[in-house]
Amino acid sequence: MSNEATLHSQQEVMHGAHDHHDHEHHHEDSFISKYVFSMDHKMIAKQFLITGIVWAIIGAFFSVLFRLQLGFPDATFPWLESILGHWAKGGRISAEAYYALVTMHGTILVFFVLTAGLSGTFSNLLIPLQVGARDMASPFMNCLSYWFFFLASLVMMASLFVQTGPASGGWTMYPPLSALGDASIGSKIGVDLWLTSMALFVVSQLLGGLNYISTLLNMRTKGMAMTKMPLTIWSFFFTAVLGVLSFPVLLSGFILLLMDRHAGTSFYLSDIFIAGKALANEGGSAILYQHLFWFLGHPEVYIIILPAMGMVSEVLAVSSRKPIFGYLAMIGSLFAICILAFLVWAHHMFVTGLNPFLGAFFVLLTLLIAVPSAIKVFNWITTIWKGNINFTPASLFSIGFVSTFISGGLTGIWLGNSSIDIHLHDTMFVIAHFHIVMGVSAFFGMFAGIYHWFPKMYGRFMNNTIGYIHFWVTMIGAYLIFWPMHYEGMAGMPRRYYDVSGWASFKQFGGLNEFITIVVILVFAVQLLFVFNFFYSIFKGRKMTNQNPWNATTLEWTTPIHAGHGNWPGEIPEVYRWAYDYSKDGRDFIPQTEPIGPNESAH
Amino acid sequence: MDTMTLEQRKKIHPHKYSLWIAMGSITMMFIGFTSAYIVKRSQANWLAFELPHIFWISTAVILTSSLTIHLALKQFKERNMQRYKQLITLTAVLGVVFAACQWIGFSQLKSAGLPLNGPVSASFIYVIVGVHMLHVLGGVVALLVMFGRAYRTRVRTYSPVPIEVAATYWHFVDVLWIYLLIFLSIAR
Repeated sequence: MSNEATLHSQQEVMHGAHDHHDHEHHHEDSFISKYVFSMDHKMIAKQFLITGIVWAIIGAFFSVLFRLQLGFPDATFPWLESILGHWAKGGRISAEAYYALVTMHGTILVFFVLTAGLSGTFSNLLIPLQVGARDMASPFMNCLSYWFFFLASLVMMASLFVQTGPASGGWTMYPPLSALGDASIGSKIGVDLWLTSMALFVVSQLLGGLNYISTLLNMRTKGMAMTKMPLTIWSFFFTAVLGVLSFPVLLSGFILLLMDRHAGTSFYLSDIFIAGKALANEGGSAILYQHLFWFLGHPEVYIIILPAMGMVSEVLAVSSRKPIFGYLAMIGSLFAICILAFLVWAHHMFVTGLNPFLGAFFVLLTLLIAVPSAIKVFNWITTIWKGNINFTPASLFSIGFVSTFISGGLTGIWLGNSSIDIHLHDTMFVIAHFHIVMGVSAFFGMFAGIYHWFPKMYGRFMNNTIGYIHFWVTMIGAYLIFWPMHYEGMAGMPRRYYDVSGWASFKQFGGLNEFITIVVILVFAVQLLFVFNFFYSIFKGRKMTNQNPWNATTLEWTTPIHAGHGNWPGEIPEVYRWAYDYSKDGRDFIPQTEPIGPNESAH
Repeated sequence: MDTMTLEQRKKIHPHKYSLWIAMGSITMMFIGFTSAYIVKRSQANWLAFELPHIFWISTAVILTSSLTIHLALKQFKERNMQRYKQLITLTAVLGVVFAACQWIGFSQLKSAGLPLNGPVSASFIYVIVGVHMLHVLGGVVALLVMFGRAYRTRVRTYSPVPIEVAATYWHFVDVLWIYLLIFLSIAR
């Protein structure tokens, strides 16, 4: 490889965006190239965020619908028939519609909102801004990444409207149910669309992930050593590594599933009878799919939670005006989680007939994750300990994150034990566990990020009062919704059941289920309030007058309020210190761009 | 020393870096397939059979194409554009020949009573070899783009990065095939 040539082209890449910026006064970007097929990472971040918000509303609305069925199994709601048609004849959701809603709720929230909407938004926004780069390593691939996500969204959206309805075998899409179109109405074209959409989604994630990694490894500004990067960047790095290594394996599993559906192969199928008729498929193993799925599926939960962890670390340090406690331990624990994420997938499969001897290893490795998680929790609490905390909505959501991460994480220790899991598997206890630890927590991290970096994105602030209402109702509501589910699960109430009122042992939860459903509706309404606040503030929010409203040290606040493509109008600033010099030497904060003084020691 | 390595690393073009990560990603996909293969093989009713002999011819073809793209890169750097165009065309043709050989291999399997919807061990060959073939054809498309660029008269490119990226990818699918061939020959 000739170094001369590569150096030259490196400069081309680095300066391409720069030149563009200098000429900005001469030619305005057209609407299409500025807002639609934009190559500016900041615009792509906004595209991911707004698409994610649209999906979040749909996904959350689905949960309201199926909670109505769970809370009020005997009631009828005539308005349901007018929006769902024959899926809710007489105002009561049909069993098929219920399974479709549950499946789509999971798919949408896990993949489209908390993967694309969360890391897609903030990796895109923050990586170039916080490491000091003009744009991503390949802005074109970055643009493609969003448009593949958009295509995936279109296909998934279309699947909601086909006559036989969307995929409805659960968001994990286990065969044989998902592999055989005759098995159920929700296994027909809905599953094909689901698989197509997810394949496009995987492509989008890979294109994005490649870019995040090569940008933050190769295009850091002068002086920005790896150990000077903010923890957000470290968490996006590990998230991208997890995605790049695990999504392709999921794609392998999907390809085999598609072959089983359409080419008559028997990778996952064996000895199946449908309506009394034996199928020809011989020699397949349904468990094989679960291995391939959960090899992605488990890293996926860290893909969801790591970006939230990174943003919470940053927001907590900024809002408590203290350096993050245990910076290196934070990186080390992210790394440990990243490694362990690949070694624990079979804890989702304890009841599939897994060899108990093998299970013991997976129990051990699963429980080991508690160690880095506990280190992180300890460091967050120590960071805010005796801090001079500004209780902005962002910092409240960060503190809320720490709370839900603890309470959801503790129940993970229960479920990680294979013997307890036999009782709790596929019960509401599991629902409670993962909704608190990865659903609510990841959302809290995302909200913290949105409230904190909204001024960077739009040059305006979101309304604080609505922010506080949003936080307290969501925080209290989340616990009211999910805490009681632990008790239902311990009593054995299964998840995914259409109607449990037929069992005497679960009938006792009738009132509790009604209560949960009412809280769900309230919390959903408050999320709509947040969406209103978001869009209203884009146009009418209080204007940002100070380039650095939170007095933060990191590089993104050294850019102009409305930064053009290329981020910094002049030279990219040089970095001299780590990102957490708060309350140092009698000063509130010292930006990363300030050289270390003669009488000062570096961190 | 530390700063030395830092400087050194910055010399890698970001696109090349992305390619290396992408290759890791593609490798993971095939690790997924081959692990599924191993899991399945250890279970009952596994049917072992000979691979089609044409796979050895296709191996020779793809090895030759690796050589031609290497020479093409060399010619590009020496600005022998005529030779460069000939060599990337040859490489692309060899890529298509490779895909055709694999396709003939499929029909040989089928006529030996091992169709796609037959025993699982045969289905795996179709899927693994087929997905690899798609990756080779993806490389052919990249070469066609390269070819189009070489014929542009208005804009001339002097940067060897695109052809370097294409060459690295081409060697990668070559090595990947050799790995798959060895794997499928041994783990029968």
